[in-house]
Amino acid sequence: MVNGEVVQLAVQPHRTLLEMLRYQLDLIGSKQGCDKGDCGACTVQIDGVPRLSCITLALHAEGREITTVEGLGAAHGGCHPLQDAFDRWDAAQCGFCTPGILMSAEALLRKVGGEVTRTQVREALAGNLCRCTGYTKIIDAVVDASRPQAAETDDTSATEEAAQ
Amino acid sequence: MLRLPRFDMVSPTTVDGVVAALQTPGARLVAGGTDILPNLKHRLDRPPVLVDLGRVAELRTIDVDGDVLRIGAGMTLTEVSEHPRVREHFPSLSQAAGLVASPLIRNMGTIGGNVNLDTRCRYVNQTDFWRSAIGGCLKSEGDVCHVVPGGKLCVAAMSSDCVPVLISLGATIVQVGPNGRRELALETFYTADGTQHTAREDGEVSTELRVPLPKGPRRATYSKWSVRGSIDFPLVSVALRIDLAQDAVSSVVQDVVAVVGVLGSRPRVVTRLDDAVGLKLSDPAFATAVATRVHAQCKPLENVPYEAPYRRQMLRVHTRRAIEALVDAG
Repeated sequence: MVNGEVVQLAVQPHRTLLEMLRYQLDLIGSKQGCDKGDCGACTVQIDGVPRLSCITLALHAEGREITTVEGLGAAHGGCHPLQDAFDRWDAAQCGFCTPGILMSAEALLRKVGGEVTRTQVREALAGNLCRCTGYTKIIDAVVDASRPQAAETDDTSATEEAAQ
Repeated sequence: MLRLPRFDMVSPTTVDGVVAALQTPGARLVAGGTDILPNLKHRLDRPPVLVDLGRVAELRTIDVDGDVLRIGAGMTLTEVSEHPRVREHFPSLSQAAGLVASPLIRNMGTIGGNVNLDTRCRYVNQTDFWRSAIGGCLKSEGDVCHVVPGGKLCVAAMSSDCVPVLISLGATIVQVGPNGRRELALETFYTADGTQHTAREDGEVSTELRVPLPKGPRRATYSKWSVRGSIDFPLVSVALRIDLAQDAVSSVVQDVVAVVGVLGSRPRVVTRLDDAVGLKLSDPAFATAVATRVHAQCKPLENVPYEAPYRRQMLRVHTRRAIEALVDAG
């Protein structure tokens, strides 16, 4: 099951889940970074738990539910509140680490089920490297997305618009 | 891009099935894959078949069995770290399991894999292309040691965060193989040869760790230092277990165990801590006595990043700070 769809595929035993996603299913959102489990760019969720697809064998994913960044917004009309917050907070620069970070961050929001602290975000994203942003805006965005109705209005601009 | 070499995979559902599958010469075990798969990408081995432990349900339990806590080898490090019984009885194990690498690795890697973690050093934890520039070493293609010039014994470091803690807690490991089941003290499971650093026999699989429940008041902690706060292997790794007469930091210490990792392939159990026993845990002389012994007996090598003399000094510092933190926590 990949992003809610049942997928049947013949896979060689030595293929990683990342290779299967990118080269057999054309789901190129998950990135190949260090390719050895350090950087977190390949993070996907397996049965809702974020894991590194570059060091997961494709066969280990058999019968399990895989969610990649392409499937993140499915239940939110195509854009998850986290993706919206990343846009509003300029939390992506080159964007290479973003898909992996979104998958780690989504699992955190689901686990906490309410507003998250900056410390919780830092701990949850400790396996996802970003070489551009210095992390500040990423943390801002995740905390913002965890607040109620963060996706619907940007408080500041809404107030300004109302004033005009 | 780092390709895996070709191999077959079998996925037994019982420990007996695993033992049978391990009869194939050169077969290797894979559970979380966070240790072996990067090593295979580095071409440090080319097994014909991987025996998958992911479908063996009997490895996936944690329960109290008489006076020990039984931890199934297939529990992930996240599960071990967050388990209520582990937190209740063995806070230092919860702490160490929660400090391994990154949250993503801990969601994958298992406690069984962590105690069987392969040894690494700065010269072997590299791609085959990188290694080809210096002709390999004792643990890869070569016949020399780049850490100890002229050395004939591999000194690659055992970098597990959980192992020093489990040894400090008196844990045993259960090995099941073609000759049946055996249980040995984890302290005796490791050898001083980085190319073959455990007492695992051919065809054996680790099925569980058994940790004796505390019999009296105790404080225990784990100190890890690495350059980054996440992802990295430890450069300083010290586990402490302090048994007390009463449940207070002002109490007299009845026993103290210090176990240090990342020196060579075998963790070091620090000896002659008798001069610290009998002091109060909160007495600064206690922290000094333990830190002095750790510093005197542990001599890091240039097998991992950072200078060995600096790491040796830091062993003293981090041991002292770990004890001070226990005192502050009350």
